[in-house]
Amino acid sequence: MTVFGVRLPMMSSLLIWAVAWEIIGQLDMTILLPPLSAVLIKMVEIVPTPSFLKAFGETARAFVIGTSFAIVIGVPLGVIMGKNILVDRLLLPWVNMFLSAPLTALVPVLMVLFGIGERTVIITTTLFAIWIIVLNARAGVKAISPSLVEMSQSFGASAWDAFTKIYIWAALPEIIAGVRIGFIRAVKGVIIGQLLVSIVGFGRLFELYSSNFLMEYFWALLLVLFFFAFTLAELLGVLQRKFDYYAANR
Amino acid sequence: MTALASTIADKSAQDAGPAVSVKGVSKMYPGGVQALNQMSLDFPKGQLTSLLGPSGCGKTTLLKIIAGLLDATSGEVLVNGKPVTGPGPDRAFVFQDFALMPWASVIRNVAFGLELRGVAKSEREAIAEKYIREVGLGGFELKFPHELSGGMRQRVGLARALAVDADVLLMDEPFSAVDEQTRRKFQEDMLRLVEVEQKTFIFVTHSIEEAVYVSDQIALLLARPSRVAEVIRPEINRNIAPDAIRRDPAYLDTVESIWAALRSYVE
Repeated sequence: MTVFGVRLPMMSSLLIWAVAWEIIGQLDMTILLPPLSAVLIKMVEIVPTPSFLKAFGETARAFVIGTSFAIVIGVPLGVIMGKNILVDRLLLPWVNMFLSAPLTALVPVLMVLFGIGERTVIITTTLFAIWIIVLNARAGVKAISPSLVEMSQSFGASAWDAFTKIYIWAALPEIIAGVRIGFIRAVKGVIIGQLLVSIVGFGRLFELYSSNFLMEYFWALLLVLFFFAFTLAELLGVLQRKFDYYAANR
Repeated sequence: MTALASTIADKSAQDAGPAVSVKGVSKMYPGGVQALNQMSLDFPKGQLTSLLGPSGCGKTTLLKIIAGLLDATSGEVLVNGKPVTGPGPDRAFVFQDFALMPWASVIRNVAFGLELRGVAKSEREAIAEKYIREVGLGGFELKFPHELSGGMRQRVGLARALAVDADVLLMDEPFSAVDEQTRRKFQEDMLRLVEVEQKTFIFVTHSIEEAVYVSDQIALLLARPSRVAEVIRPEINRNIAPDAIRRDPAYLDTVESIWAALRSYVE
């Protein structure tokens, strides 16, 4: 983007917001918003502490397991829905419902079913991520050119061959796009799960900081989280662009 | 060249039975659209037979039934005397839109049929390399389809079909998506391939010139009701140079007579 003939570097808008944040923070208008500089100092301070690292480990673990489930279940489910009209008719209403459902409201139910602990957090993460992954894999399979499917049949591909050698690959650009959005939703899922369970990971820290009005800590944690979610989404974005070249000529 | 020429001369002499035999095949699509009606046709071994006709005459449907990709509503198809129940290793298909895997290199695309048959990697790549050279794509083994022109992509499709060493090659308007000069080169290459490969080719096209140029036998298909109107065997001496064929009186006469037969139906 150029303003008055000057080319602005990427993310320069973030700079403006950072300055605004600093000014409002320095003005001491509200206890809820400490200056950005104080938050950043606090961030450097808390990241190496054992309690932060432990919380980070727990959160990362729940995130990785939860999203793995979402991918391992979601992608094949989406592919099957895209291939089989019967399964599609049967499951699509549910997938759409859960995609827009306020899943947060389900967490207490999950707690009753799976106990107050990591298992509930993992399942919440999976539930946040899986539906968009299913829908994207399904859309990807529906976009496959019929001749590619006929090609694999004519050369004698079994259903399993067709799945692993054609469908997954042909739908890959959509699948990666789905996983990318799924990951962003999973970040929400893992934190909401931890907040409601409130004895593990970042959720416990958030609970601790906000109930004690430790706003510098609170914002520092939030920034760390934002940074990780952003990096993750960008990495998948790069991956997605790598595969986009062939999306056009399927 | 003389060796090839003598094979050409011998070909009509050798009395080969049909490689593919279509017997009373009908195809009804859901919704009552009749694509084929009681069609019968023989495809002689080692020769190229074209299915020629206007769109909607069911030529691609017939080809897909022979391939086993579609089921006939009634009637049967015999390949080397055995009824077709689905796709089989005795037939290979070349697709109009090439149907290449865009995520796979040329060599993996060409070797795909062998990969599905469980041929070991080194062995199938050796075979693939041979056919990549044969279709004139030597040096492009590690390229990806999006790096190739349309004509080159179809050469990959052709090499893939040749690599599985099927008796029958089914080609669905293989050159319709490539430009005219590439198309002519392809047609010349087809004549050589039919000689060298000793396979039975079934070739769907809507181009009269193309059919006459490459075919030993042309089945003229017409629509509503779908039927074989005529089977023509162009008496063209193919020992002459490729572009001389296009000026050969026998070639021009055959093109003209087919157009005369078709014209009445088109109008």
